[in-house]
Amino acid sequence: MGNKKVGAVLVVGGGIGGIQAALDLADSGFKVYLIDRSSTIGGVMAQLDKTFPTNDCSMCIMSPKLVECGRHLNIDIITNAEIKAIEGEAGNFRVTIIKQPRFIDQDRCTGCGVCARFCPVSALDEYNELLIPRAAIFIKYPQAVPLSYQIDRSRCIGCGLCQNLCLAEAIRFDDQTQERILEVGAVILSPGFEEFNPKIKGEYGYGRFPNVLTSIEFERILSASGPYKGHILRPSDGDVPERIAFIQCVGSRDTTSGNDYCSSVCCMYATKEAVISKEHVHDLKSTIFYMDMRAYGKDFDKYIIRAENEYGVRFIRSRVSDISEDPDTNNLFIKFESEDGRIEEEEFHMVVLSVGLNPTDKAQTLSKRLGIELNRYNFCKTSELTPVDTTKPGIFVCGAFQAPKDIPETVIQASAASAKAGALLSESRGSLVVKKEYPKEIDVENLRPRIGAFICHCGINIGGVVNVPEVVEYAKTLPFVVYAERNLYTCSQDTQERMKKAIKEYNLNRVFVAACSPRTHEPLFQETLREAGLNMYLFEMANIRDQCSWVHMNEQDKATEKAKDLVRMGLAKCARIEPLQRISLPMTKRGLVIGGGLSGMVSALNLAEQGFQVCLVEREKELGGNLRHIYYTLEQNDIQGYLYAMIDRVKRNDRIRLYLSAKIKDIEGFVGNYKTTLINEGGEIESFEHGIIIVATGGNEYKPTEYLYGNDSRVITQRELEERIVTSHPSLIPLHSIVMIQCVGSRDNDRPYCSRYCCSAAIKNAIKLKEVNKDINIYILYRDMRTYGFLEDYYKKAREEGVIFIRYDEENRPVVTNNGRLSVSILEPLLKEKLIINPDIIVLSTAITPQDDNKELAQMLKVPLNAENFYLEAHVKLRPVEFATDGVFLAGLCHAPKGISESIQQAYAAVSRAVTLLNQDEIEAEGQICSVDITKCTACGICESVCAYKAIEVTQITERIKAAKVNEALCKGCGTCVATCRCGALDLKGFTDDQIFQAITTFIY
Amino acid sequence: MRFPDEGVSIKDEGSKTEFSPKILSFLCNWCSYAGADLAGVSRFQYPTNTRVIRVMCSARVDPIMILEGFVQGLDGILVLGCHLGDCHYIHGNYFTIKRVKLTHKLLKQAGIHQDRLYLDWVSAAEGERYAKMIAWFIDEVRKLGPFGEVEGIDAEELKERAKVAQGAARSDKLRWLAGKEIDLCGEERIGIQGKNVYGEQVSKEDYDILMNENVLNEYTRSGIISLIRENPLSIKEIASKLKMCPAEVLQHISILEHAGVVFLTEEEGRTPRYIGV
Repeated sequence: MGNKKVGAVLVVGGGIGGIQAALDLADSGFKVYLIDRSSTIGGVMAQLDKTFPTNDCSMCIMSPKLVECGRHLNIDIITNAEIKAIEGEAGNFRVTIIKQPRFIDQDRCTGCGVCARFCPVSALDEYNELLIPRAAIFIKYPQAVPLSYQIDRSRCIGCGLCQNLCLAEAIRFDDQTQERILEVGAVILSPGFEEFNPKIKGEYGYGRFPNVLTSIEFERILSASGPYKGHILRPSDGDVPERIAFIQCVGSRDTTSGNDYCSSVCCMYATKEAVISKEHVHDLKSTIFYMDMRAYGKDFDKYIIRAENEYGVRFIRSRVSDISEDPDTNNLFIKFESEDGRIEEEEFHMVVLSVGLNPTDKAQTLSKRLGIELNRYNFCKTSELTPVDTTKPGIFVCGAFQAPKDIPETVIQASAASAKAGALLSESRGSLVVKKEYPKEIDVENLRPRIGAFICHCGINIGGVVNVPEVVEYAKTLPFVVYAERNLYTCSQDTQERMKKAIKEYNLNRVFVAACSPRTHEPLFQETLREAGLNMYLFEMANIRDQCSWVHMNEQDKATEKAKDLVRMGLAKCARIEPLQRISLPMTKRGLVIGGGLSGMVSALNLAEQGFQVCLVEREKELGGNLRHIYYTLEQNDIQGYLYAMIDRVKRNDRIRLYLSAKIKDIEGFVGNYKTTLINEGGEIESFEHGIIIVATGGNEYKPTEYLYGNDSRVITQRELEERIVTSHPSLIPLHSIVMIQCVGSRDNDRPYCSRYCCSAAIKNAIKLKEVNKDINIYILYRDMRTYGFLEDYYKKAREEGVIFIRYDEENRPVVTNNGRLSVSILEPLLKEKLIINPDIIVLSTAITPQDDNKELAQMLKVPLNAENFYLEAHVKLRPVEFATDGVFLAGLCHAPKGISESIQQAYAAVSRAVTLLNQDEIEAEGQICSVDITKCTACGICESVCAYKAIEVTQITERIKAAKVNEALCKGCGTCVATCRCGALDLKGFTDDQIFQAITTFIY
Repeated sequence: MRFPDEGVSIKDEGSKTEFSPKILSFLCNWCSYAGADLAGVSRFQYPTNTRVIRVMCSARVDPIMILEGFVQGLDGILVLGCHLGDCHYIHGNYFTIKRVKLTHKLLKQAGIHQDRLYLDWVSAAEGERYAKMIAWFIDEVRKLGPFGEVEGIDAEELKERAKVAQGAARSDKLRWLAGKEIDLCGEERIGIQGKNVYGEQVSKEDYDILMNENVLNEYTRSGIISLIRENPLSIKEIASKLKMCPAEVLQHISILEHAGVVFLTEEEGRTPRYIGV
C-alpha cells in the first residue's frame, strides 16, 4: 500500500454547486480549497433576481451560504485562480494553481467602497451583463465573499487615487501572479456554464436591435439591485414596455447552432421572468413562444398553470423564424407559424431570448489539464449510473458542467460529489481539519456589567458623516460603560488586538461595537471575544454605517443624533445580555435508511463506505423496489445486472445491518438520538439506536382505469411492455402497429404533476422495438415531449428511426375503443382532423404515484407532505434532500417522480448531508434558543402548534407537572413560539423580552 | 394603508415642517435588515427618523413590544419581515401577520390611529424599496401628526390607553386566538388546511367576529384593572369613568374577580368597591 490518502479536497468553481460541495466536505471532516476564477464566489445564482417555482429572492437564500463559506475555518477560498496542472492519482493529487493578481490586500480591504466612488475610470459591469458601467476598481456585488475590492488591470490607468484614498492601506499595485501547489485527495469540478451567445442566431437581431435582450440581461433588469433598480425599461428609450415576447430554445434543441440538447431550465426561467415582470408592471402582457413546455420538475406544472391563469402569460407553441425592427420606434416584429400553419406577425416592445446553457469555455482547457473526457457537446462526460464521476478516478463533477440543470439539481449533485469524495477519502477524515482552541471562559455571573464600547470611523464612511468623537464621549456617559474608544476601522486586525487588551485591562465583561452590519461583522467580533476568554454572546452591535451614515449623508447633525440613539439603545440591550451556553448532545454514529430500493441501497452503501454503521429496513422480502422491473435504459445499461451486483454488495457489507420483511413500528427521539422499533413478519420486535434517518420509501406505478386498461389484454403499461420485450413475449411477434399514450394519470386534475420519467421510457421502448423490427409502426401520442438535457438526443433518434409523434391537447385526449380491433382516435391539432389508428397493442405511459402510507410515516417522523402526498423538502432550491426537522433526509421517488440517475444522485446527496451530522462527536446546539419557565407554563400547547421545527413539545416533566420542553438540538431561535405564548412562560435567549424592552424604552429618554 | 411602490420619492418633502416623527422599526435579520443594509451600500438617502431593532424573525415581535412603543409615545412603528414564502424560518411571517392584525385591532380599541403601525415585507435585494418605504411611512406618520394629534386625544392620555391595550395584549385569550388562527382557519399559501378538533375548518369571518369580541372584552377589562389599580372604585364609578353601563361593568368585574385579579375591598353602605392587582 502506498501513501495514506490526503484528507483535503479541491473544489473548482465557487457557484452554488461549489459552495454546497465545499460546505458539505468541510463539515464532514475534510480540508477544502475552493477556487474561483472570478474575484468572489457566488456564480450565476448571485446574478439572479428570483428563483422558480417559489419566486424566492435569490440573494436572500444564497447569502447565508456565502457568509458561512467565507468564515468556515476549514474552507480556504482562493479567488482569481485557475488550475494549471495536476499530478498523482485518486487519493493523492498535487494540483498547481495560478492566482491572478487582485492588486488589493484582501485581508486589509474592509469593502467600504470609497475607492470605487472616486475612481475616474469606468468599465463595463459584467455582473450587470454590461448594461451599466462600474469603476475600474470594483467589487462584483455588495454581498460578495470575500468582501474585498479588486482592480481591473485592463482598464486601470494607474493614477493612484485609490491608494491615496484608502485609509485601510489595502492597495497593492505591485501584486503579482502567483503559483500555488495544493495537496488534495480528490477534486470536484463545478465550473458552471456559459450562456449561449445569440449573435450566432442572426435572425433574432440580438446586438443589432437594442430591445432584444438575453434572459440573463433581463434577469438583471428585473433585479432591485440591477441596472435600472428593478424597473423594467427598454434599453432603447427608457420606456416601460407593454408587450414582451420570450423566445424559447435560443441555442437549444437547435442543430444549426450545434446545440442539439435541451437546456432544461429555460421553460421555467422564462415563465418565472414573465410572472415577475407582471408583478412589476401590472398591465404588462407577456407572450412565450415555445416548442414543448418542459415543466418536468417538482411542482413545475402548477407554476405554468398559475402563470397562464393568474398572471395572464400567453403561451404560443411555435418556433419563431424571424425578428425585425421598426427603426423609428425600436419596436420589434415577430414572425411565427401559428399552430394551424398560418404565418402571423405581431408587434412587441421588447424581446427576451431564452438563451441556452453552453458548456463552460474552460471545458477544453480543464479536459486537457486534468485528463478528463468531455461528451460530444463539450460537457463533462459521465454515465447514467455514475452521474458525478468523471472519466478520471478521484475527480468528480457537479452542476451545469455535467449537463444543463437548475439550482436544486446542482445542489443535489454537489452533495452527491461530496459523498463520493467522502467515501474515497474516508480513512483520512479529520486528518487535516483544524479546530480552534479557546481560553477558558471568564465567569461573569452576578458581576455588574462593565461594557467596553468601540465606535468605528470606517475610514470616512462613518466618520465623514457622523461626529464619531462626540458619539464616543456620549457613550462614556451611559450606564455601565467603563471604557470607550474610536477606531479608524474597528474590524481591522490591530483593533482586534486592542480589543483583547482592553477586555483584560478594564475587566470588561460586555463588548459593544457601533460600526457596520452585524450580519457581516458580528462573527468576527465574537471570535475576538472568545479569544479573550469572554463568552461570545456577551456582545452587541449597532449599525451606524449601512443604516445611518450611508443613508443620511447630507444630514450630519441628525445622523449624529441617530447614531447616539442607536448606541444608547444598543448599550441598554448590551447591559442585559447574559452569557449563553451551547449545549452539546451526543451523536449516535449510525444511520437508519428506510426503503431498500435503488435510493435506499445507494444511500446505505455510501454511508457504509464513508465509515458509518447503517440499518437498512425494507418491508418487502427482497431488495430492489421498482428497479426490479427495469431492464435496460436509453444508455443501454443492463439494469438487472447492476441491481444484482448492488444487492450483493449490500448483503456482503458488514457495516450494513439488513432488515427484510420488516415494518417500522415506532421512531422516537431526535437528531443524534433516535430509537427505532421494527416488527418483522413473524411479529418479532427489535429496536436499535441511530443518529440520522434517510427516507427512501419510493413510489408506485399508477394502475390506470382509463383506455380500457384491465378490460382488454392488448392495453398494457410501459413497464409491462418492457417485461414483454426482454422475455420476447409471443404477443410481440406479429406486431405491426403500436400506439403509446403519454401522460396517463399525470398532469390531470387528480395528479396535476408531471411524472418526468414517462417520455424517456416511451422513447426507450420505442427505440428498442425498432431495433428488433424496424417496420413496426409506432405512434407516440403526447402533450409535450419532455426529453430534457441530453435525453433530447434520443428523441431525435426516435424521430429519425420513424417513430411518429402526434400531439394531443388536454381537452382532446385520445379515445380508445374495441370493436374487435383496437381503435384509437385522436384530434391532430395541426390539421384539426381526427385520425384513426388501429394498433395491435396500446401502451400506456403511466404516472408515478406516492406510496399510500406516506402519511403514517410522515406523522411518525414529524415531517410534511405536499398536496400530492410526496414528501416535502426543507427548501425547494437549496435544501432539496433534507427536511426542516434536523437529522431527517430524503431521496428518490418518495420526494417526486424522477429517473434512475437522479435517484442515485439524490441518494448520495442525502448521505452527504447526513454525514455532516454523523461526523460530529457531539452536536452543538444553538445558543440563542427558546427557554421555558415551567412555573408559568400551563401546557396549552400553542407553542407546539406554531413551531416549524418540532423543537418544542408539551411533556410530562415530573409525575405532576406537564409543561413545554424545548429540544435544544432542534430549536433554531426564531422566537415565533415566544411571541405566541399565552402565559409569558417562554423567552428567547439573546433576544429576551427584557432586552428588547430596554431597547424600546431607551429610544425616548 | 399600503405602501404604493410607485410614485414614492425618497426625498424628505416634509422635513422643513416642525414635526419630526419618532419611528421605531423591527427588522428581521435575514431579509429586511439585509435590505436596509443594501440601501446603505447603495447610498439611498432617506430621512433620519427611524431607529431599528433587529430580531431574527419578524415573528419574534410581540404585540406587547409594539404597544410598548406607543406607551413610550412613539409616533409610528414599522414591522418588516421577509416576503411571504421567503421566511428564513419557513413560515414565521404568517404568524407576524396575525400578531400585527391583533395589534391593529387593539390600537383601534384604544383610539390610536391604526396607520401608526405598518407591516410589510422587504427582501435582501430591495435596498431602494426599503429607503422609499421608510420615507413614505415617515410622511404618512407626519400626516397623522404627533402622537395624539389626529386622534384628538392628549398624548399622555393616549399613552395610558396604549398601556391598557398592552394589558389586553398580555391576555391569554387574545394570545391563544392570535396564535391559533392558522391552525383553525388554514392558510392556503402555505398549504395548511385549517382543522379544529372535529376536523372542521373554521371560517375566517367567524374567527374575526370572535376575535373582535375578545379584543373588546380584554381591552375593557384591562382598562378596568388599570383604573382601579390604585384607588378602589365602585361599579357605578367605573361605569361613569368608562362611559359604560353599570350592568356591563359588573359582568367584567365578576369575571376578573373569578380570575383573581380584582378584589372586593370595602363597602360603603350598599355599594362595594373593587381594587385591582
